[in-house]
Amino acid sequence: MTVDLTDTASEAAFRAEARAWLRANVPAQPLPSGDTREGFARHVDWERRLHEARWSAVSWPERYGGRDASLWEWLIFEEEYHAAGAPQRVTQNGIFLLAPTLFEFGTDGQRDRLLPRMAAAEDLWCQGWSEPEAGSDLAGIRSTAVRDEAAGGWRLSGQKTWTTRGAFCTHLFGLFRTDPAAARHRGLTYFLVPLDAPGVTVRGFGRLDGDEGFAEVFLSDVFVPDADVLGGVGEGWRVAMATTGSERGLTLRSPGRFLAAADRLVALARSRGSLAPRLRERAVRAWMGARAYHLYTLRDVDALLAGVPAGARSSMNKLFWSELDVDIHEAALEILGPEARVDAAWSRGFLFSLSGPIYAGTNEIQRTIVAERVLGLPRGGG
Amino acid sequence: MRFGWTADQVALREAVRDLLASACPPSVVRAAWPGGDESSVEALWSALTGMGIPGAVGELGLDEVDLVSLLEETGYAAVPLPVVETAAVAAPLLAATGDPGGHLPGILAGRTRVAVAGGLVPYGRRATLVLHLDGPAAWLSTLDGAVDETTVDGSLAAVRVPKPSGEPLTEDAELVGLAADRLALGAAAQLVGLGRRMLDLTVGYVRERRQFGVPVGSFQAVKHHLADALVRLEFAAPAVYAAAWALAGRRPERGRDVSTAVLLATEAAREAARTAIQCHGAIGYTVEYDLHLYAKRAWAVAATCDTDAHLARVAEALDLKGAAA
Repeated sequence: MTVDLTDTASEAAFRAEARAWLRANVPAQPLPSGDTREGFARHVDWERRLHEARWSAVSWPERYGGRDASLWEWLIFEEEYHAAGAPQRVTQNGIFLLAPTLFEFGTDGQRDRLLPRMAAAEDLWCQGWSEPEAGSDLAGIRSTAVRDEAAGGWRLSGQKTWTTRGAFCTHLFGLFRTDPAAARHRGLTYFLVPLDAPGVTVRGFGRLDGDEGFAEVFLSDVFVPDADVLGGVGEGWRVAMATTGSERGLTLRSPGRFLAAADRLVALARSRGSLAPRLRERAVRAWMGARAYHLYTLRDVDALLAGVPAGARSSMNKLFWSELDVDIHEAALEILGPEARVDAAWSRGFLFSLSGPIYAGTNEIQRTIVAERVLGLPRGGG
Repeated sequence: MRFGWTADQVALREAVRDLLASACPPSVVRAAWPGGDESSVEALWSALTGMGIPGAVGELGLDEVDLVSLLEETGYAAVPLPVVETAAVAAPLLAATGDPGGHLPGILAGRTRVAVAGGLVPYGRRATLVLHLDGPAAWLSTLDGAVDETTVDGSLAAVRVPKPSGEPLTEDAELVGLAADRLALGAAAQLVGLGRRMLDLTVGYVRERRQFGVPVGSFQAVKHHLADALVRLEFAAPAVYAAAWALAGRRPERGRDVSTAVLLATEAAREAARTAIQCHGAIGYTVEYDLHLYAKRAWAVAATCDTDAHLARVAEALDLKGAAA
């Protein structure tokens, strides 16, 4: 039988080891938000502890600081991590988004140079996709990279925005236009940029929850050597799509996160004693949604291991988890009633959940992708 | 952890799909409506019997995991016969109770079909026996005293039968509960299949139908409806397969998982029906076009699912108390 939703002996051992370590090490008091300067520093300390115990990037090869964990084990680690109430991962844009792209498109030299420092939270990566005039329409970016043959590299200019934790990170990965004459999706190149390079200015600003979690990044004639081009000049769109696949799908938003949120919701509902039928139904439906997401990802992992690439299916993940996250938090706020007004974990979680249907490509974009690439509907139209 | 199909399971599913594509096209579903040619419906049962489907659990040795995707295919084809009831519910229950009436050989030979009562008896007019699952006991009755009922899904051949009297088939609450869960799982699997069929029909249609000089499927409003319907179905299906696994292993959480599957599949199929009719426009609101065969079946199957009871069962498994309880 190839359906077996229980852990194998080795998976159970892996789970037990992760659980024991987390129980002994997760801070008893929640850390301050990692989207503030002070909270970010505390989260970086936590990331270094994770790394010392080799839990920061479990699926990576050991030589880069990982454990060579299987995809199943990675899912197990994520379940345990979120169930333990462990801190948010401020390294996520590096470890979960850039790293898969480095494994797919990077050179050995880039991997050897970048991955160990990423796993150790020495380099802290943020994402440089959006610009003031290019959000959902990512191919409309205007920031440029001009060839500097003498220096053996490129000179980057322009502005990136909505860069999560950009004010606290040390490095940025992003798309820049290297061939202004080429068609929109062509002529783009994926660059790796240290934020302390001359010509870079970063300005943080407040998100809906008030934290300084966003930043604008201004680049003026910033030199980047050829060694920091990822995936080839003019190949930026193809390389970036691999990153967005990770962002929309499994690697950024593992089911463990939503299973834990749904369990907290159920615990909240239970603590209220008898619930009105409608609230009880909301809690049940949110819990079932998290379970459906978990089971869907297990099917997905099985398919991935069988060699079926995720492709546009990652847009279905994104639609589902982002709306599920809003549902879970709305249900919690309804159960809390007047207490929902207090600035606390559930109300903050609710505000954050509202970003899910927007970031990583709005859900409207995702629906169009699903319709065109999964269902095969014609492009264009209005 | 593993969550995929074996090569045998895939092969069997494809064989059933191929069989139903030729033996149960829309014309056969139409033939099952009043005034239709019942002989093509009988031929369909013979074809399913030829494949061993009525004896799938006993003779072929299949469990719920093997069976669930076959049942999904019967939903996809809107088979107008009690396949779930006979193969997935009655046959294993009779086997477990020692088959006191000696009905199993007839089932395996394709002579005996068993419908299940639930208010109405769907496919009762095409059945030889009716199974009643009532709390901790189950009865088996004949069709004596059956009265035809007119249904929205005209292919149901539904009847009403008197409440059974006399000796129950079994008073083993666990066996009866298992039979009820198999029936619910079968309904969920059929609903996923029906939803997929309606979505396929709609995708095919909106790619062809042109308005404003372009296929209507190129409009975002249509695309987004269909993407949402697909996502609901795709996220319901694994919950149905997981429930099959829990049932096959008699796992303690099986009640919770079957109810979760039913609730997700019901919602997904209803949304698929609503979306399919809307995206077809006026042609979807006719009986000449095939869509209504599948939409009406989906509503009929969904109506057998007691949503409140399933919600209560998941809530109890989560230890959530209701104000009314």
